[in-house]
Amino acid sequence: MLKHDSNEKGGRALSLATIAGHEVHVDDEGFMTEYDEWSEDLGKTLASNIGIEMTDDHWNAIRFLREDYKSEGVTATLRRVTNTGGIPTKQLFQLFPKKPAKKMAYIAGLPKPVGCV
Amino acid sequence: MATTIEAPIPTFEDESSGERKLAIICSKGSLDMAYPGLVLANAALSEGIETHLFFTFWGFDIINKETMDHLKFTPLGNPATHMPPMLMGLPGMTSFATHMMKKQIEGIDIPDVPEFLELITDAGGHLWACRMSADMMHLEEDDLYDRVEAIINAADFIEISEGAQTIFI
Repeated sequence: MLKHDSNEKGGRALSLATIAGHEVHVDDEGFMTEYDEWSEDLGKTLASNIGIEMTDDHWNAIRFLREDYKSEGVTATLRRVTNTGGIPTKQLFQLFPKKPAKKMAYIAGLPKPVGCV
Repeated sequence: MATTIEAPIPTFEDESSGERKLAIICSKGSLDMAYPGLVLANAALSEGIETHLFFTFWGFDIINKETMDHLKFTPLGNPATHMPPMLMGLPGMTSFATHMMKKQIEGIDIPDVPEFLELITDAGGHLWACRMSADMMHLEEDDLYDRVEAIINAADFIEISEGAQTIFI
């Protein structure tokens, strides 16, 4: 059983769980929920969990996402990663195949982007 | 302290999404009717779903180089505006309403039509133009947005959209 320590109204249950030996908060899909619990080491583990081996290009995108979340308070959409982060959409689909927005958010320890575009 | 279990790993349903396919027929060229197809296509692509957009009849305005950046919204005969219909027919009302809608779209950080098509094709989406519409409007591939793959006929579209969930807008 996951250890539930809070239940946000209408939201996903937040639980304590272990990633690579670190105790962190995750939602019921396994997305980390506490910004400050993330580290690049954890990011590397999260990436390998979903079959992605991190390269400089991957880190470039993930670091942009982390920084952008810190200033904006929401996870950047693909369009924002392209327009503001300067990483072409095509490249994002190569680096994080099929579902780049969700996969990047997962690796970066951020919530899934909420915007439609 | 109780020991905690390993965090779950999202599946991202890579395998199942590979089988899903979406075809969107865009038959309207007004600003308010262009966006639903573009938004859906973009969402499907970011979910890893193979996506085809087929532009036909008035939907041609979305991919016609001359018109794609100048789509209009008319409030005339549109009850959703909650305004007296008589006022909506006044001169200048369409350009006023179009201006307002474009501002609202930009305000929530949604791209304009040309940028949206660029985003969709960068994400791997396919754009197709309807042969009959091209003939009716005397347009060639050169008149259309560069990333339109081809002008195809209805039978070609039926072939391309085999196994796809199809949405008509």
